[in-house]
Amino acid sequence: MTQAQQRSEGQAAVAACRADFPALDQDVNGHHLVYLDSAASAQQPSVVIDAMTRYESHDHANVHRGVHTLSHRATDAYEGARETLRGFINASSTREVVFTSGTTESINLVAQSFCRPKIGAGDKVLITHLEHHANIVPWQLVCEQTGAELLVAPINDKGELELDALYALMSDDVQLLAIAHVSNALGTINPIREIVAEAHARDIPVLVDGAQGVPHMQVDVQDLDCDFYAFSGHKMFGPTGTGVLYGKEALLDAMPPYKGGGDMILEVSFSGTTFNELPYKFEAGTPNISGAVGLGAAAKYLENVGMRNVESWEHELSDYMTQRLSAIEDMRLIGTAAHKAGVQSFLLGDIHPHDLGTILDHQGVAIRTGHHCAMPVMEFFGVPGTARASLALYNNFDDIDRLVAALEKAKEIFA
Amino acid sequence: MIGNGLHSDDVRDLYRDLILDHARNPHHFGKLEHTTHSAEGINPLCGDKLRLYLDVDADETIVDAAFEGSGCAISVASASLLTDTVIGLSSKDAIAFFDAVTAQLAGNEPQNGKRVDLGKLRALAGVRDYPSRVKCATLAWHALKSALRQDTTPATTE
Repeated sequence: MTQAQQRSEGQAAVAACRADFPALDQDVNGHHLVYLDSAASAQQPSVVIDAMTRYESHDHANVHRGVHTLSHRATDAYEGARETLRGFINASSTREVVFTSGTTESINLVAQSFCRPKIGAGDKVLITHLEHHANIVPWQLVCEQTGAELLVAPINDKGELELDALYALMSDDVQLLAIAHVSNALGTINPIREIVAEAHARDIPVLVDGAQGVPHMQVDVQDLDCDFYAFSGHKMFGPTGTGVLYGKEALLDAMPPYKGGGDMILEVSFSGTTFNELPYKFEAGTPNISGAVGLGAAAKYLENVGMRNVESWEHELSDYMTQRLSAIEDMRLIGTAAHKAGVQSFLLGDIHPHDLGTILDHQGVAIRTGHHCAMPVMEFFGVPGTARASLALYNNFDDIDRLVAALEKAKEIFA
Repeated sequence: MIGNGLHSDDVRDLYRDLILDHARNPHHFGKLEHTTHSAEGINPLCGDKLRLYLDVDADETIVDAAFEGSGCAISVASASLLTDTVIGLSSKDAIAFFDAVTAQLAGNEPQNGKRVDLGKLRALAGVRDYPSRVKCATLAWHALKSALRQDTTPATTE
């Protein structure tokens, strides 16, 4: 079999996945739904919904504490999901896989437990101009709390990081680099492996915000060699309110707990408390068990489809989307990085993004409009917001044709 | 297959010609030479931002009004229509229009206020079917209320 045939078979397998997502099979405003807002939140396949229903219907009890059968089943389901997630990102141990409520909590955990105890006036935290608010505000807070300074590495007008400038900012007093794997507003894929190597050469640990990474590409945290990797369940076809913080064991081990409560302790007395081992030290209270089960099912689903296949299918789609959108008169594409995921921000003539969003919705096409929780990125491009179409594995060429037709209709209305 | 029929068949019911005209060529766009009252309106959801200027005389009559800012067609048209409406009104009557417009957009009858004839402002009625856009249409009106009350913090639609 030729490589081209293999590729097209892999792609065909991904295209067939659409039928696995019940929410996609519906009419919205009289038109079959075209869902192009997966970067905000992705739809869930039946296997995820079924796994959670099965768990809630048969196996639910509290984890890590009961001696009865259901508690064992719940613990097995929860810890089984952790093992699946470990494999999904190739962490070396489940001790390095902390369940959180999502990327935002994962990043806040690192800001408060890793950074806050060890930084002070004179220290710096380095981020980039590409970040969304979840990878800006936690660092602003910890800088305010400690007197440290927040540095922001610049981007160019394609929406690519200026790598030389980023490396030049990596001075001795930088205590952490926090950087997106993929920009949510612009789609830019950052060369994380190279950036981590440069940072490590200067003894700077790196947190990667992988919210937009895991749904679109194979992520191997050992290969990237990042110190922390944060991601959300709902952007990778799992439920909302779930997520993971991956951290290198030695770093997590040395960090104090983030929240106090049950499950994160070994022994509690009023004279003091002994904390539990990893990863439980960071999971205070009864966790979102069914959410973790759903997230595990989503990771398994993606492993079955094959992230290499997903990457290749989305690459074709993304190229087609760029080509079709750029052919529209008065189209301004925002975010034109050479290396890019299937996320496209744009402005059409002088039509405000919200008007576009409404007119598209009326034709059954769901896109995101606004600042995409990345106001500094919008400011850089001198726009209050954009329209954004984002792809996932279940999209196809027809979806993009429908998007383009809907945009043409918007132009007619505003002509 | 699931389906819904939330919206009317034609999106032009929202984007009526009158709305599009005002959005393209807003009336009273800019600053006033003489401003007695002003307020900023911010829609945190979409980042729409406008500033409304009023010139209110000693008899509490709005002798002039203007606005500036950026926003979607609905919010700009609504602000433009607002300025057309309130010039020449007493502050009290302007508030009656605030009540009537917000009630129209919420799909309610105005409560115990003075009944007013909405006139051209009826063109905003189509927004009612688009819950996520109602705030765009009410933004300027919240700014009006806060300007007349001389609130110092920006009006929001939240």
